[in-house]
Amino acid sequence: MQEEKRKVKTKLENGEGIGWEGQSLREQFEDLEEKTEETGHYAGFEKLSLKDENPIEYEQMFAQLRGELVNARETSKEVAATPIVEQEGELCYGLFTPEGDSIAISTGIIVHIHTMSEAIKYMINHDYEESPGIEPGDIFVNNDTHVGNVHPCDIATLIPIFHEGELIAWAGGVNHVIDTGAVGPGSMNVSQASRFGDGAYYTARKIGEELEIYNSWKNDFPDKTRTPDFLKLDERTRMTGCLMIRDAVNNLIDDYGIEKFKQLSREAIEDGRRGFRSRIQKTMLPGTYRGASFVDALYEGQKNLSRAYASENHLMHAPSELHVREDGSFQVSFEGANKWGWHPYNCTPAAIQGGIWVMLTQTVIPNKLVNDGAYYSCDFHLPEGSWANTQNTETAHAYAWHFLVSAWAPLWQHLSRGYFSRGFREEINSGNANTSNWLQGGGIDQFDKLHAVNSFEAACEGTGARYVDDGEPHAAAIWNPEGDMGDAEVWEMTEPLPFLGRNVKPNTGGAGRRTGGAGFESMRTIKDVSRWLLYEMGNGYMSSDSGLFGGYPAASGYILNAQDTDLKERFENGEDYPQSDLDPESGDFESKIEGEVTRRPEGISTPKEFDDYDMYLNYLRGGSGLGDPLEREPEKVVEDIHDGYVLPRHAKDAYAVVVNKVDDEAKHNSAVQGEWELDEEATEELREERMEEREEKAQPVSEWYEDERLRIRDDEDLIEDVKKTYESSMRMSKQFTEFYCDFWELPDDFRFSLSEDAEKSLENRFKTGMKKKWKNPTKSHETWLGVGRDDEPEVPYTWTSERSIQDLSGPDASFETPSKEPATDDD
Amino acid sequence: MPESYPREHIEDLVDDNLEWSELHNMMSDFKDADRFQQVRDVLQERVDWDDPIVIPYADHLYVVAKSEDRWVIKCDCGHEFCEHDENWKHDALINVRDTEEEYLEIYPEDMHPHPDYMELREYFCPGCQTLLEVTNVMPGYPIIHEFEPDIETFYEDWIGEPIPTPETQSA
Repeated sequence: MQEEKRKVKTKLENGEGIGWEGQSLREQFEDLEEKTEETGHYAGFEKLSLKDENPIEYEQMFAQLRGELVNARETSKEVAATPIVEQEGELCYGLFTPEGDSIAISTGIIVHIHTMSEAIKYMINHDYEESPGIEPGDIFVNNDTHVGNVHPCDIATLIPIFHEGELIAWAGGVNHVIDTGAVGPGSMNVSQASRFGDGAYYTARKIGEELEIYNSWKNDFPDKTRTPDFLKLDERTRMTGCLMIRDAVNNLIDDYGIEKFKQLSREAIEDGRRGFRSRIQKTMLPGTYRGASFVDALYEGQKNLSRAYASENHLMHAPSELHVREDGSFQVSFEGANKWGWHPYNCTPAAIQGGIWVMLTQTVIPNKLVNDGAYYSCDFHLPEGSWANTQNTETAHAYAWHFLVSAWAPLWQHLSRGYFSRGFREEINSGNANTSNWLQGGGIDQFDKLHAVNSFEAACEGTGARYVDDGEPHAAAIWNPEGDMGDAEVWEMTEPLPFLGRNVKPNTGGAGRRTGGAGFESMRTIKDVSRWLLYEMGNGYMSSDSGLFGGYPAASGYILNAQDTDLKERFENGEDYPQSDLDPESGDFESKIEGEVTRRPEGISTPKEFDDYDMYLNYLRGGSGLGDPLEREPEKVVEDIHDGYVLPRHAKDAYAVVVNKVDDEAKHNSAVQGEWELDEEATEELREERMEEREEKAQPVSEWYEDERLRIRDDEDLIEDVKKTYESSMRMSKQFTEFYCDFWELPDDFRFSLSEDAEKSLENRFKTGMKKKWKNPTKSHETWLGVGRDDEPEVPYTWTSERSIQDLSGPDASFETPSKEPATDDD
Repeated sequence: MPESYPREHIEDLVDDNLEWSELHNMMSDFKDADRFQQVRDVLQERVDWDDPIVIPYADHLYVVAKSEDRWVIKCDCGHEFCEHDENWKHDALINVRDTEEEYLEIYPEDMHPHPDYMELREYFCPGCQTLLEVTNVMPGYPIIHEFEPDIETFYEDWIGEPIPTPETQSA
């Protein structure tokens, strides 16, 4: 370490930088960007000489690196004490080039394949080389979403790796922490209006040198959280992993030499870039894919909000458009997204980009070659000032995933439509689950200590239906393909919330020829606490997960609590008590408990006080369905009932399958529904009737369009929250306005009438304008506005009915130039 | 890794006759280069009409060639919707679920979207009444045109084959 520091010092004294061949890191970074842009190949690597000339050695080196990264994750997670890391594996590691591009990553929450990249680029672009300096043994930390993160509870540690006075790589590790010191307890509090309630933000900060953490950090950091011991161990976890990676890199250099390591680090990224395009050309169709998703964030009337003006309902509107270009690269656009809001679900480009990676790695890149090569094959258009790219450091981001996961949903379908056309039916997936509910809260726990909880049962959800099979029930969350629900007993060790039951939740997966995987539910009570808060977080009034090819969306969420209950007396008297809420209409829950029961169709609540023997339902969502439900084999519907996936009454309603109860006693998995038998003849008749009903009940779209057009033109029926969402998108995007007005044949000056409050809310947010974090964006950030190619529109918006992908490939393609002005009150 | 699966295997894939282990192997393997052509050929055999399939477009739907330069979207029941670059949904039948009662047929109470915030649009084929797509959107949302394939680039640049025409089909 000292020797390495001395070499760096000598170079700096000689006027040289820490980059390669005496360059400053800034110069090296700019050189890389220029070469990449000039040649269209990463770092100008038009040939992969190491891979081509010595493929075995190339594979050996890459496999060794990748293996060591996985090893670092698997080993270091044992250092952590939170079940979030130790049980769910909510951490990952990456190895990055000096310029911040990821070369290889471990398994785990690989959303951070690119977020840590942005953090490194931020340090380079903001002259960290000069101050606070980047030297051997330095330790940096970042959790700032505007620098390179999804939300502040993901804390990253970054250490530079030097060789002979040159910076040759960065090791980075990130994990999800249990509490960030937000205005409410838990890692993703929901009651704040702005960044100032999100919890502590650490903006690419140096926290130590010579691998020793500064006393100033040691004495400050723990007091910024309700769970200091957990966070200290989380930090040691990340340091352990980063040091293992540093040693692995040094060993690789000892074995193969520094030049080969440098060559590998460049070639692996160029290889990843080519591999992405090649895979797309092999499995998809070029063209334009479109969709739209929505999710609700209802705050009107919520208690304990940090600002009165945050008491309003927000809906996320995510128009999703994907162009698959002729070279297999992607162009992703969210043009038409509505304005950010005074809620913690806003996103930054790093969040959106990272989020899309984690999804792509589960379908497009299902192999070890996951790195920033894919990033160099994708352009993102994320409208500045929208929820997807706030460019405003005042906005809150604690649970960016609420919008992020919902906004991705159409991308699954874009890919699946491409796979379908190419015949790769085994790859088709209808979507992902809304990863909620999030059980969070805190207070004085069963050990009489200040504590916070964030139950990661949400790492386990139903998955979307496949074309070739049903979705997996209670399987994994999109953001952690290796997640699971965790052992109840382990959660009980850290949460004063004993489990009363854990069950498959019927009807959570979307109906279809293939059903979405079912979610599950846990019934929890509270024990040995004081001043304890809990809250809910998820979708309620909207389903963010569409079905595909005739399949139905997954079910949406609801809230069920009971307070001031007689549960203690029931335990003492050996009486029955609720262990589930399998059918919300059954009255079963209410029949087994006395107390103040809250049952609401919303998905979000702000922190409220709970006491011993109160109850809380944690309902984890299912995936969406695929195909016409009337094409589902009737026998499978009977199996669904016996497996607890479908309530018997819905066999008839949703699937036109007639079943008869033959025994009250359940012989299968289902706890409450008894034994059922298929009536084949009646089913056949019912299905024939249902097809006739469809013909009678449905109307031609042309007729429906006329009625609907008048309804919109005359501003009838639509509720204020919906109109406000349209207005917000229209004020954000001329293109969306044109598309909307063209589609419904509305006058050009059409606007929805809004209440005074809604107008005030929009005005308030639009007037807030921009407060950008990056003073000096990188070249690749140009894609946030444009798309980086001369023959394509700056804003790739093709939603107009006349527009076709065919227009894009020619030089004559012309689109209206979008406004480049920041979103201000002039917009 | 098969460069190409046997014809029978692809038929089993299309006919939904593969075991999970076989499907899993297909997912794990590298992708076979001629999948598109093989699946298209099997599908062509399965449909009751002669128009050459240009691409499978969506479940039950195809882009088929009516002439050398005219392609339409067609259901496997034989119903023809529209030109290939138009939105077939405009020619479909629609049923909109936008009341509590209609939601409760599919979802339990409290587990469905709120009708004021989201409606389900069910699109049926006018020929066979098959449910082809369900979209969940805010009331008042335009009909989304989900997929505009770039067929020329696909055939010419990606697989290097001529686009099927009625003439080549019958030849």
